[in-house]
Order: sequence, then structure tokens, then C-alpha cells
Amino acid sequence: MVTASWYLVLAAALFAIGAVGLLVRRNPLIMFMCVELMLNAVNLTFITFGRELNDIGGQVSVFFVLVVAAAEVVVGLAIVVAINRRRPQATADDLSALKG
Amino acid sequence: METAVFIVCAVIVLAGALGVVLARNPVHAALSLVGTLFGMAVLFLNLEAHFLAAVQIIVYAGAIVVLFLFVIMLLGVDRLEDLSVEPITGQRVLAALVGLGTFVLAVLFLVTSDIGPAISSGPLMRDISDQYSNLRQIADVLFTDYVYAFEATAALLTISVVGAVVMSRRMGRSDEAQESAGDD
Repeated sequence: MVTASWYLVLAAALFAIGAVGLLVRRNPLIMFMCVELMLNAVNLTFITFGRELNDIGGQVSVFFVLVVAAAEVVVGLAIVVAINRRRPQATADDLSALKG
Repeated sequence: METAVFIVCAVIVLAGALGVVLARNPVHAALSLVGTLFGMAVLFLNLEAHFLAAVQIIVYAGAIVVLFLFVIMLLGVDRLEDLSVEPITGQRVLAALVGLGTFVLAVLFLVTSDIGPAISSGPLMRDISDQYSNLRQIADVLFTDYVYAFEATAALLTISVVGAVVMSRRMGRSDEAQESAGDD
């Protein structure tokens, strides 16, 4: 029988993989994808605990996380597009200085 | 049955996540992300979060990943990335240590939290008073207790759309003149 711990361990593993990817990869797009992985891991934790506590608030929190993630991706990708216009093929290492 | 679904989906989710991190081609990473998000949606169904499973597919797989792919194609960055070179010495070892530490601490914290022993002993699926559908339960809470947060998300989405348009549009003639003047 699947218990809540299985879901929590899966979420922890997903979060760790996302964190490692965020630290290792240098392409800003891939880094964004890793942030999405971490957000999804947190969503799974929210829903699992909400299910355990029989509380719908966990699912409402996930709804808000989804909305904020969508906004974050829109703004982040716009920044990536704007940076690529001035510096094509820039990696995160190339962008350590904030000046253009 | 639930166990089988969980195992299959967990494998899909973890394989997709590893694909995102390890893929050399950004397009492959985006497609791996679709796999992860889809497996996650099925896990949401397993946890009886029916509305969020649908939203996960529609918003993440349908909108966010398409946006990623669109930007990848727009910028033409769909070239292979050389992963054999380590940008900073020792970075990967440190990142692996951080990841391992995150995983261990998260498992310790989540599984042995206050409600940890209680939840890990009992079966996860149980009958909830299902006179309301999942969607109606969420709507009831969303439009009463969280109505201000809900309104704030509307403002957030509007602001983010405006910001995205402002940042990503091509500069007009006058803007370019100002910009080159600013660069000098």
C-alpha cells in the first residue's frame, strides 16, 4: 500500500534533482526548467499533506503556486529574450555583471 | 493498483527530471520536462486532486513548456551544449553534495515531522466525505478565505504580461537612439 511517505520521498528526490540541475547547468533556459522541477516537487508535497490532513487548503496553495510559476516563466523568458538580443548565446556565467 | 500507478509515475517523473538535467539539447530537456509534468499530473489524480491534475496538464504541459519551446526556437539556441567541461572547478562535486544533503534533510524533515509517524503508518487512500466534488471544494475556499489572494494573482498576471511585452519588444527608433546615447 502506498503511504504518504512514498510521495514525500519522491518529492524530495525531485527537489534535489532540480537543485543540482540549477547549480550545474549554465544555460538560462535549462535553469528555468530546473526551477519548474523544484516547484513541482513542492506542489506534490502540498497535495500529499493536504490529502493526509483532509484539508483542501493544500490544493488551493498549489493553485497559487501554479499561477505564480506561470508569471515567473513569462517574465523570466522575456528577460532571456531581451538578453539574447544584446548578447547572443549568453550563458549564466557571461551574465555575472549587471551592466549591459 | 494505486501502488502500480505510483511506481510507474515515479519512474516517469524521475527519468524526466534526470533528462532535464542531463540533456545536452535544450529541446530534449523541454520534452523531458513534459514527461515529468505528465507523470506528476497522474500522481495528482492518484491523490484525488482532480482539478489540479487537469490544470497541471493545461497550464504546464500546454502553456509553459510550449513557451519554453517557442523561446528555444526563437533564439535558435537548440544547439548541443558541451557538458564535458566543468565551468568552475569542483562545481559538480559540490552541487552533488548539496543535492544529496537537500534530499536527506528533506526526507528526514518530511517523514519524521510531527504528523510523520501517523501518516506513514496508515493507508493513504481513504474515503473522504465526497458530497462535494474536488472542484467545488477548491472553489468554495478560493472565493471565500483566499479571495484577496485570488484578486492579487489577477494583478500579478496582468503586471507580468505587461512586463514581458515591455522587455521583449523590439526597441523603436527613438528608443534605439536613446539607448545608443546611453551606451556612450
